[in-house]
Amino acid sequence: MARLLMSMVLPASLTEPTSRDPPKMLTIDCPWCGSRDQSEFSCGGEAHIVRPAEPETLSDAEWSDYLFNRKNIKGPHAEQWCHSGGCRRWFNVIRDTVSYRVISVYRVGERPPEGGP
Amino acid sequence: MSSVNRLASGGRIDRSQPLSFTFNGRPYTGYRGDTLASALLASGVRLFGRSIKYHRPRGLVGAGAEEPNAIVQLGEGAYTVPNQRATQIELYQGLVARTVNGWPSLHLDLYALNSLVGRLLPAGFYYKTFMWPRPMWQRYEHYIRKAAGLGHTPELPDPERYDKINQHCDVLVVGAGPAGLMAALAAGRSGARVILADEQAEFGGSLLTVNAHVGGRPAADWVAGTLHELADLPEVTLLPRATVTGYYDHNFLVINERRSHHQGPGQVDPRISRERLWRVRAAQVVLATGAIERPLVFAGNDRPGVMLAAAVSTYIRRYAVVPGRRGAVFTNNDSAYQAALDMHEAGMEVTGVIDLRQQPEGELVEAVRSLGITVYTGHAVTGTHGSHHGLWRVDLARLNATANDILAQKGALPCQVLAVSGGWNPVVHLHAQSGARPQFDEGRSCFVPASSVQAERSAGACAGVVDLGECLAAGARAGQAAAADSGWNSPGPDLPRARSPAMSQMLPCWSVPDGRAEGHGGKKFIDLQNDTTVADILLAAREGYRSIEHVKRYTGLGFGTDQGKLGNVNGMAVLAQALGQSLADTGTTTFRPNYTPVTFGAIAGRNLGVQRFDPVRKTALHGWHVDHEAVFEDVGQWKRPRYYPCSGESMQQAVNRECLATRNSVGVLDASTLGKIDIRGPDAAEFLNRIYTNSWSKLALGRCRYGFMLGEDGMVMDDGVTARLANDHYLMTTTTGGAATVLAWMERWLQTEWPMLQVYLTSVTDHWSVMSVAGPNSRQVLEQVCAGIDLSADALPFMSFGLGQAAGIPARVSRISFSGELGFEIGVNANAGRTLWEAVMAAGRAFGITPYGTEAMHVLRAEKGYVIVGQDTDGSVTPVDLGMDWIVAKDKDFIGKRSLFRPDTLRQNRKQLVGLFSEDPARVLPEGAQLVNAPASERPVPMVGHVSSSYYSASLGRSIALALVKGGHSRMGGTVYAQLMDDTVLPATITGAAFYDPDNERQRA
Repeated sequence: MARLLMSMVLPASLTEPTSRDPPKMLTIDCPWCGSRDQSEFSCGGEAHIVRPAEPETLSDAEWSDYLFNRKNIKGPHAEQWCHSGGCRRWFNVIRDTVSYRVISVYRVGERPPEGGP
Repeated sequence: MSSVNRLASGGRIDRSQPLSFTFNGRPYTGYRGDTLASALLASGVRLFGRSIKYHRPRGLVGAGAEEPNAIVQLGEGAYTVPNQRATQIELYQGLVARTVNGWPSLHLDLYALNSLVGRLLPAGFYYKTFMWPRPMWQRYEHYIRKAAGLGHTPELPDPERYDKINQHCDVLVVGAGPAGLMAALAAGRSGARVILADEQAEFGGSLLTVNAHVGGRPAADWVAGTLHELADLPEVTLLPRATVTGYYDHNFLVINERRSHHQGPGQVDPRISRERLWRVRAAQVVLATGAIERPLVFAGNDRPGVMLAAAVSTYIRRYAVVPGRRGAVFTNNDSAYQAALDMHEAGMEVTGVIDLRQQPEGELVEAVRSLGITVYTGHAVTGTHGSHHGLWRVDLARLNATANDILAQKGALPCQVLAVSGGWNPVVHLHAQSGARPQFDEGRSCFVPASSVQAERSAGACAGVVDLGECLAAGARAGQAAAADSGWNSPGPDLPRARSPAMSQMLPCWSVPDGRAEGHGGKKFIDLQNDTTVADILLAAREGYRSIEHVKRYTGLGFGTDQGKLGNVNGMAVLAQALGQSLADTGTTTFRPNYTPVTFGAIAGRNLGVQRFDPVRKTALHGWHVDHEAVFEDVGQWKRPRYYPCSGESMQQAVNRECLATRNSVGVLDASTLGKIDIRGPDAAEFLNRIYTNSWSKLALGRCRYGFMLGEDGMVMDDGVTARLANDHYLMTTTTGGAATVLAWMERWLQTEWPMLQVYLTSVTDHWSVMSVAGPNSRQVLEQVCAGIDLSADALPFMSFGLGQAAGIPARVSRISFSGELGFEIGVNANAGRTLWEAVMAAGRAFGITPYGTEAMHVLRAEKGYVIVGQDTDGSVTPVDLGMDWIVAKDKDFIGKRSLFRPDTLRQNRKQLVGLFSEDPARVLPEGAQLVNAPASERPVPMVGHVSSSYYSASLGRSIALALVKGGHSRMGGTVYAQLMDDTVLPATITGAAFYDPDNERQRA
C-alpha cells in the first residue's frame, strides 16, 4: 500500500531506481514517510484494542481483558508501530510473527487491507 | 630458523619481502603473502597446539577458517587478540604469537597424562564427576578451565579505534571465488550497487590455487583481469579482509572488515581504524561462500601430519610450502587426487593413494596412476604412527565391498603427511542464518541450501556444485538474477571457458572401520578442537540422547571456536547411523552468527565510555556550576549539580549547609532539566482531564496545578506542575527522566485513541532556562531583580504565575515550591539563563544566597513528604498508596481510573507510603533496606516493605526516611525493623510522611 502511496505522491523518476538513488529495499513502509529502516521505528504491540468508552461500567473481568489479555498470534499479526525516529506518527502494521515479514501497513482509523488477520 | 620446506619458486608470496616473527618465543622468517600457518609450516613447525581434553599434540589441518588446531594468542599487551586461527593471520614484520595451550610448555605438556587415562574420560565426564559434591564445582572449575586452556583476553585498554558503517546495496555478494566473482561481474555490469566481500586478503578463492585455465588464461590471471573490471565499475565496492559474519532479518547482514591487522601494531596510520563493522541492508544477496573439505574419521586421525587434501594443495600452490618430504593421500573421492599430483610436482615422494572405493576411475585418478603412484583401491587407513613432528607411517587394511568392515590388515605405508578427503561440505552457514533450513542431498552426500526464506540465492560450491565451469556459470546466473530482482537489467555476462576434470562418484563414509568395536581401537576424532570422538557420540546415543542439539551439548561437538566447521556433519552422520535414521531426519544443529569470531572492539565501535555511549545533556548554566566546583550527578542524560562543596567540606556538611540556608534565608537551584511540553489547541483542557488524575476544567488563567499521570493499570507514571498560559494553551512540566516517555505517551493517545481531539504537543525542555529561588528571603531577593511584576502574596499567590522582566529579560515567574518554602521559579529563554542566574546571585549576596544541588533538593522535599516518581514509586504504586486520594477526581474518567477499583488495588495491605523515624536519630537507614515486623535469624524473614528515601535532616536535627510499608497508613506509631544483610537490625517508628511544616504555611507565605 505504501508503494502505491509513494507512486501517487512522488514523481516516477524518484520511485524508479537509478544509480544515484538509495535503493528501496528497507523493512517498514511508514505510510507518511515511505520505506525506512526498522531501527527508526518502535513497536507498540497489538493493534485495534479500543479503549472502553465507559470504563466504570465494566466488570473487573472485562476491564482486565482490555488491560492485560493479548492474542499472542502465531502468524499475521496486526500491530501498532510508531515512526519514533522519524515523523513520530503511529500506524498499523500486519507482520508475520513467524517469518517477520511485513505484509502490509495502513494508517490509524483505516481497516486492515485484504489478507489481514 | 630457515625455511626448510619452502620451494625455490612458485606460490603467491613475495620473496623480496622477508618478514621476521616469533612463535612461542622462537624467531622465524616468512614472506609477504604468507599466513602465520604457512610461514611456520615452511620453517618445519609441525606442533601447533594441544587438544583441549586429552592434551594430545596437534598439527595444522586446514588452510582457512575451518582450522581447529592452530589457534594462537596474537600480539602482546594491549594489542593482544586471543584464539586466532594461524591459517587466517597475514604475516607482518615483528608478529608475535603463542599457542594458547600446553602447560608448562607446548612440547612438555603434563596434562597429556589425561591421554593415558582417556578411557576414563568419556562424554559427559565432567558433568558426571565434578558436579558432586555440588559446592565443590566452583573449586574444580578453575583448574578444569585452566587445563582446557584457550587464549586470554587483553588486560589493558585497547589502544586502537574501531568503526561502524551503514550501507545499502542492491546486491551483496559473499565470497570472491569463481561463483562470487562472476556474480559480482554480472550484477555490477547492470549498474546495480554491488558489494563484494571476501574474508581473505586476496580475492579469487579456489582460483588462487586451482590448477586450471579460465577464459584461456591461468586462473589467477583471469582473477586479476576480472578485479580490474570490477574496480572500474563505479557502483561496485570491493571489500577484502571482510568476513560476512551474520545474516539477520530483512536482508540485514553484518560484515567484519579487518583494516590494519595485517600491518601489525604500531605500523598503522593512526587515522585508520583497526576494524570496521559494516551494517548492510541488501536488496538481494548472492552467497558464494564455497565449500570446506570434510575430513575422514579414522583411528588416530588427529596426529600432526594428517591434513586436509585441499589444504596440502593450497600450501604447495599458493604458499610454495611442502608440508613434508613424503606424502600419501587417503580419500573417498576424486578431488583429493589433486593433492597427490601437487605433492608430486612439488618434488615430494608420494607413497600412495588409499581410496575407500573399489573402482575409482576419474581423470585425476588416471593422472596419478600414470605417474606411477600406487593407488590402493578398496583400502582404508586403520591407524597412524608418529610423533610431535609428523607421521612415520599409517596402517592399511583391505575393505569389504561396502566399505563398512575390513577384510585383512595390509601392513604399513610410510608417509610424513597424509592428505585426507571425505568429500566437501558446502558452507551453508549464512543461508541457514537467514532462516532457511539446509537439506541433506543423498546424491551428493552433503547438506545443500534449500528454498530461500529471504532474498538470497546460493551459487557455486556452497550450493554443492563441484565443476569449475558450472560454478562460473552459476555465479553469473545468480548475479544477473539478483540484479534483475532489485530492478537492474544485466546484459548477461560472457562466460569464460573453464574445464574441470571429469570426476567419478564418491563413496560416503562417516567413520572408517578398523576392525575393532567402536571405542576399543584408536580414537577416531570427529571434533578436533573439542576432542569429541565417534565413541562419545555413540555413548550419547546409548544413554538416550536423540536430538542432535542435545548430543552437541553433551559431547561438546561443534562447541569450539571453530563452531564445528570440520566435524559437525560427520558427527551428525555418526549419530544418524547409531539411531538408525537418515541424516535428513537427524538434521543440523543451529547455525548462529558469527561465522568466525568477532572482537568486542568491532562490536562496540566508538560507543565507548560514558561520553560516547549515550548523549550528555547540559543546562545553559552548566558552565557556572563547573566554575563553582559543583559535584555532578547523572539524571537521565542530564548532568545536574549534586552539591557545591566549600573547601574541606564533606558531602553531608555541604548538604546540611545548603538545606539550612534555604530554610533560613534563601537558596537557588538550577531546575532547567525538568521536562517541559507545550500543549495547545481547543481541546487541551479536555485532554489534560483525560491524562491527569485531577480536574483541569476550572484551572484559571495564570494559575498552576500539580498533577499525577497514571498508566492504564492505575500506577503512578509521572508527575509535575502544569500552568494555564491561555484559554487553549498550557505548559506542562514532567520529571527530568520522564520527559521523552511522557511526550510519546501523550502523542500515542492523541493519534491512536483520540484523533478527534484538537491538541498539539511540542517539547520545549531545552528552550527554557529555569531557576528555582526558595526560602523566606526569596521574595526580597527577587524584588531587586524583577520588574513589571508584583511579587506580593496577594498579587502572586501560591500556585500562580506572572509575566514580567527579570534582569531585563522577559520572564515567567511562578509561585511553585518543591522545598516547602516560599519559592519562585523563573523561566527565561535558555540563552539568557546565565545572565539571570548571575543577577540573582548578585542580588542575593546580602542574604547569603546559596546555590543548592539535587541532594539538598531531595532532603528538602523529603522533609515535606513529597514523593519522587521512580524513587518512592516503582510502577506498582497508586496515588492512594501514596496517601494522595485528594488528587484523584471522582467525577470524571482518566487514564488508569478504572484500575484503582480492581480488587488488587483496593486491598488494605498494599504497600503504602509512610514516614519513618529511626530509633537512633543519628542513624540514617539505608535506602532499599527491607523492613520486617520482627527481626528473625531464620530465613526467609517475611518482609513488609522497604525504605525508599532516607536522609539526615539538618532542619530537624535527626534522620528521616520515607518507606513503603504494607498497610502502613493504619500503622501510625507502630514499629518496623530494617534488617540488613549483615543482620544489623535498626528499629524505626512509623509516622506521617510530612515531617516539616505539615500545614504548608511556609510555602504559602
